[in-house]
Amino acid sequence: MSEEILKLSCRELQRKIAKGEIKSSEAVSAVFTRIEKHDAQIGAFLSTFKQDALARAKEIDGKIAKGQSVGALAGVPIAVKDNMCTAFGATTCASKILENFHSPYNATVIDKLLAADAVIIGKTNLDEFAMGSSTENSGLKKTVNPWDKSRVPGGSSGGSAAAVAAQMCFAALGSDTGGSIRQPASLCGVAGLKPTYGRVSRYGLVAFGSSLDQIGPLTKDAADCALMLNVIAGHDEKDSTSVDEKTAPKCDYLAKIDEPVKGLKIAVVPELFQGADGEVVAAVKGAIELYKKSGAEIIEIKMPHFEYSVAAYYIIATAEASSNLARYDGVHYGYRTKKAGDYIEVYTKSRAEAFGPEVKRRIMIGTYALSSGYYDAYYLKALKVRNLIRSDFIAAFQKADCIMMPISPTTAFKIGEKMADPLQMYLLDVYTLAVNLAGVPGMSVPCGFDKNNLPIGLQIIGSTFQEEKLLRIAKMFENQTDFHKKKPQL
Amino acid sequence: MTNVDYKIIVGLEIHVQMAVRTKMFCGCELAFAAEPNSKVCPVCLGLPGALPVMNKKAVEFAILTATALGCKIAEFTKWDRKSYYYPDLPKNYQISQYDLPIGSNGFIEIPTKAGAKKIRIRRVHLEEDAGKNIHTAGPFSQVDLNRAGTPLMEIVTEPDLNSAEEVKMLAEELQRIVRFLGVSEADMQKGHMRFEPNVNLHIKKGGGEHKTPITEVKNLNSFKALEKSVAFEAQRQLDNFLESGEVMQSGNKKTFGWDDIKEVTVLQREKEEAHDYRYFPDPDLVPVVADKKWLKEINSKLCELPLKMQGRFVSGYGLSDYDAGVLTADKATAEFFDSSVKAGGDAKRVCNLITQKGLKIANEKNCKVSELGISPQRLAQLAKLADAGQISATSAVIIFEKMTESEDEPDKIAEKLNLIQKSDAGELEKIVDEVIAANAQAVEDAKSGDKKSKKAYGFLMGQVMQKSKGTANPQVVAKILAAKLKI
Ligand SMILES: [Zn+2]
Repeated sequence: MSEEILKLSCRELQRKIAKGEIKSSEAVSAVFTRIEKHDAQIGAFLSTFKQDALARAKEIDGKIAKGQSVGALAGVPIAVKDNMCTAFGATTCASKILENFHSPYNATVIDKLLAADAVIIGKTNLDEFAMGSSTENSGLKKTVNPWDKSRVPGGSSGGSAAAVAAQMCFAALGSDTGGSIRQPASLCGVAGLKPTYGRVSRYGLVAFGSSLDQIGPLTKDAADCALMLNVIAGHDEKDSTSVDEKTAPKCDYLAKIDEPVKGLKIAVVPELFQGADGEVVAAVKGAIELYKKSGAEIIEIKMPHFEYSVAAYYIIATAEASSNLARYDGVHYGYRTKKAGDYIEVYTKSRAEAFGPEVKRRIMIGTYALSSGYYDAYYLKALKVRNLIRSDFIAAFQKADCIMMPISPTTAFKIGEKMADPLQMYLLDVYTLAVNLAGVPGMSVPCGFDKNNLPIGLQIIGSTFQEEKLLRIAKMFENQTDFHKKKPQL
Repeated sequence: MTNVDYKIIVGLEIHVQMAVRTKMFCGCELAFAAEPNSKVCPVCLGLPGALPVMNKKAVEFAILTATALGCKIAEFTKWDRKSYYYPDLPKNYQISQYDLPIGSNGFIEIPTKAGAKKIRIRRVHLEEDAGKNIHTAGPFSQVDLNRAGTPLMEIVTEPDLNSAEEVKMLAEELQRIVRFLGVSEADMQKGHMRFEPNVNLHIKKGGGEHKTPITEVKNLNSFKALEKSVAFEAQRQLDNFLESGEVMQSGNKKTFGWDDIKEVTVLQREKEEAHDYRYFPDPDLVPVVADKKWLKEINSKLCELPLKMQGRFVSGYGLSDYDAGVLTADKATAEFFDSSVKAGGDAKRVCNLITQKGLKIANEKNCKVSELGISPQRLAQLAKLADAGQISATSAVIIFEKMTESEDEPDKIAEKLNLIQKSDAGELEKIVDEVIAANAQAVEDAKSGDKKSKKAYGFLMGQVMQKSKGTANPQVVAKILAAKLKI
């Protein structure tokens, strides 16, 4: 029974729970049995809330037994990346500097999940402050890829992706600053959606690169992404950068998910396939071919500024990060050194002792980029490049409904393989960063496996606030394939 | 002292706390002297994940002020992060405005003895205040963040001020302006205005002009400290120049504090540190676009500025500059006065009633003169009664006080209190005759024309007034008495 429950999608589980066919407490128990059996090896979770989750599940079961109406995620066990503030448990960002930090408030997305009667079962591992592409930069824990435990799950939402892939939850929230939802989703063979910047409130998401950060779901399939987006999307008066209902009203992303997009036009950028591994290229091209067979028109385009996205991204993201992370100073909360002689040393030693090397590297790059005398040459230039990249996307969406390309140039790599060379690691993000710079929505959909049976993801990029269409395009692919149904043997 | 020709050059930075209910970027209440760290939330504490949301009212107030100061209003402005580490700054950056201030290139007029002088305003921008470090807990310092996030308007003048007195005048004039506009209470006791003058001297000596190093005096919170510190700095710089010949160079700007007790400036930083605040646009906040409709709405709250009104009261109503200054210290008072005059009251009479009684009662009741329950129309009627000689000036003041407690018209109150003056010559003549008959000695003294006569005359006047129970019109009595005594 327990194993059968774990195979269900969020939609199916919610339906069965709401009908009383399955109890939420059974689903929560099943998930915890799984976590207890496998997470010691996978390392997806930084913290779990078994007792609270069971209590909440019972509460929801009680509501259903009494015939009360319940929310869109009623009783469904959900995991949350540990860079979203919860008023329960710790919010660590996988950093020693916040290891014992307890937020007094819930992020808006957490409140929305709870309002939809979801059961939050735990918080997942990530690269420290979401800075990384392999989750190896976690200051607190190692997470491995459920498909091959010697390999990385991707990052920075590696814990969320691994938890969904290993069926230790039914869906998870991640955050995507430069691919941090899509890339681990791709490497772990799950669906991942980075909504348009502004679609989901960032209030309570611990900031890394504020103009790039966006919360989104990692799920078993595209329709579950739609369900999750239904719950978390919408304007939030606490986040001035969240889009207002007049400009871009949210809609029911699930309502028409099964309707194929008529006369679908897909843009591809042939040059971009050159940098990826042969097996990745073959799988992605195969996916595009399948769309073509079902009637889609494939349009070859150029995106002349795409190649500058890595350079622009690592200036903008690090500049914002250097400022966003200034508050972790040992004075007000979080880790404080025991060796301070004066208040300056409270800053310098607390930060030196508690931040990991990648975080320090990015703070230094960002500080440099914002320094007087360098600002124009780096930060301002990067902003200009960002505008050019944005215009590349605008031009593309005048011709096509979406753009397709790989997500990661490789499948999951070996743990430790790329840690020695940060630049190598940064270059892995070549396909994902432009999407964040432009603010457009992007998805990862499983589209194949390499010779080592490691998942490959197809990236589908949509136009601003066109998540509904994007999800329908993804669903079209899933309707004809079963890559998303394959599960790793743990 | 050596006779040296020099000029004091001062530019002033003023921080004004906006009269809004909540902080600049969160919903926390602005409170004075509250329990430490009781008016805080995740946003102003700078907790992970918290995001700022702009206080629109504060922006409107800043735009209104900048407009009143003749500034060019930025159609597009934004928020910038100013980075520096200090324990009272929870995010280790302050949200401020860098290259696109709300207002720029304005001016403020100050009433110098030589007439109004225009002081150019370089910029007006908004920012959030920091918290407060407290050093009273032994080996540890404490931080109170109640103040963190308080909306501050920073106004920066060009170095157009040339004396300590002018500096003080500008500060006082600005206080009057922001109060008139209703954008700040500008309560010095509550630290609503803080000043930072930049002072140096241009000294003529040996056929050349020498500029002394600029000093900035930090964090002054009274007009007195402002004026005295500028005067002190000017003298200190002059002495220093004559002694050492030190002149302005790049990097020798010094920062001073002010010792309120010893009344001296105290060196804080020898050299201007090469501060790099790493300003960049705050990605958490959207830019502010000031469209025409919004600006029109804001500008509908513009009003006549106090200095202009003061001038009008002098030239139009014939008040003394001093009285006009007292009336325009506060907008409600000034408008109340103006309306009363426009309702037909004699300006000087109305002014006297307000300054001699009205302000005193209002002060006791802790309210404005306009809130005492006397409408400008009733005040005008009262003034008219006095002008017509129907009541005495003294009675008018008494009636004014009664009017705050009663809704009756002033003539009714005068009748009730029996304060209507008798001006009927026949009736008054009778009383005068009685007094003359009863006071032969005084009459003789009054007529004598020597030292005693003035005193005796006053005595007789008093007798008449007493007999009439204060209701006699003294001017009429004086005429009759003088005629009877043939003096
Ligand atoms: Zn607050």
